[in-house]
Amino acid sequence: METCLPIQHAAPSEPTAGTPFAWPLPFQKSKRVERQRVNSVPNETADQVAMTAPETSVEALNAMLLAVAVGQDRAAFRGLFDHFAPRLKAFVRRQGTDPQMAEEVVQETMVKVWHKAGQFDPAKASAATWVFTIARNMRIDHLRKANRPEPDYNDPAFVPDAEPGAVDRISRDQEAGRLHAALTVLPEEQQAVLRLAFFEDKAHAEIAEELGIPLGTVKSRIRLAFKRVRSEIGEIR
Amino acid sequence: MTITHHPSEELLLDYATGALGEAWSLAVATHLALCPVCRQTVTEMEAIGAGLMARLETEPVADDAFTDVLERIDAPLAPPAPAPAPPPVRAAGTKPLLPQPLRDYVGGDVAHLNWQRLGLGAYQKLIPTAGGSTARLLRIPAGQPVPEHGHRGLELTLVLDGAFSDQTGYYGAGDFQEADDNLQHQPHAAPDTDCICLAVTEAPLKFKDLSVRLVQPLLGI
Ligand SMILES: [Zn+2]
Repeated sequence: METCLPIQHAAPSEPTAGTPFAWPLPFQKSKRVERQRVNSVPNETADQVAMTAPETSVEALNAMLLAVAVGQDRAAFRGLFDHFAPRLKAFVRRQGTDPQMAEEVVQETMVKVWHKAGQFDPAKASAATWVFTIARNMRIDHLRKANRPEPDYNDPAFVPDAEPGAVDRISRDQEAGRLHAALTVLPEEQQAVLRLAFFEDKAHAEIAEELGIPLGTVKSRIRLAFKRVRSEIGEIR
Repeated sequence: MTITHHPSEELLLDYATGALGEAWSLAVATHLALCPVCRQTVTEMEAIGAGLMARLETEPVADDAFTDVLERIDAPLAPPAPAPAPPPVRAAGTKPLLPQPLRDYVGGDVAHLNWQRLGLGAYQKLIPTAGGSTARLLRIPAGQPVPEHGHRGLELTLVLDGAFSDQTGYYGAGDFQEADDNLQHQPHAAPDTDCICLAVTEAPLKFKDLSVRLVQPLLGI
């Protein structure tokens, strides 16, 4: 199990903390282009466009994460931090974690995002989903002190995905956008069950107990929610 | 590998949220290594989790939080613990039979395991996991029955080599069976190859046959 204990050490080498994140426009367009351009375009170019909107777009988040992965880009990391840290804190706090511990988990999660950025694959998941899984694992690791075994994509016995056809597959970014819309229209009783599952990592039986409803009802609400979300995403597989 | 039996959506969700205990997660994760379909489902579930997180009312972090994070990423990383020598796999260039994370949990691929004799021609290898559940690798001789048994709780079986069948169907490599208290079944290993599977149980199995029940403590199952 990896650990990320706080370590006392020297001050940061660059005064990047106060720099507002700014992202050159071409980076928002295509992931293919970003990979090549991240190295060739310095951060402080003149044609930067500040992204001040509190809702950063899915594409921008992916681009920032790739910039961290490829170029250890601190301005991009600042953008990720500004977007995710307050959401991560809300997420961790939902477990009844005290604010100080929550702050600690948020910071460790962001440190892990920095170090593991190279493993991010936008074809597999959006940046938001990827960060969510890091936070989930951190919570299990840190607050529950438990192991959560995972498959290893580099294992020779690992069975890889069939090559996705370019046409029959909507992009992860589009998927994330539609998912957002789908969650908005989900009935409250279904959202409530999902929130207990994802925010308090309660198993089905625990959710039934907490809500005082039969296990079968929990299962059917979750099934309905998935069915709804999948049809909204417009699964074409 | 054609997988026809997958974990239930409930089990995949409990894995995706992190609610599942270690032994159960091991079975799900090992199936995921073999099954792109279920990996896709889990990713969708994780995307839902991320979507729910995005809808939470945000909580401000401490003013110096970003500075703290930068200090941490600038700190020299602790030297990584020396990696244990990788357990030997079958032979150079061939795929191991046991995928990760299972292979590390049992300490190598099937050919290198210290199997424990179970009687009735079967062997097992217990896998240490935290929590009250039991994970074990089972090897049932080709064509032989596993004693008929019911369950006091949930039992997961993931086939890794060979196959077995019972009244609920045929289970080949990669297939995943979830059996609950209601299933009284008599699995038979398919002929030709020994059936190797990962089994996770919530409670000791209860065998129907009294003679088996009497030796059960000795067998350790
Ligand atoms: Zn599957």
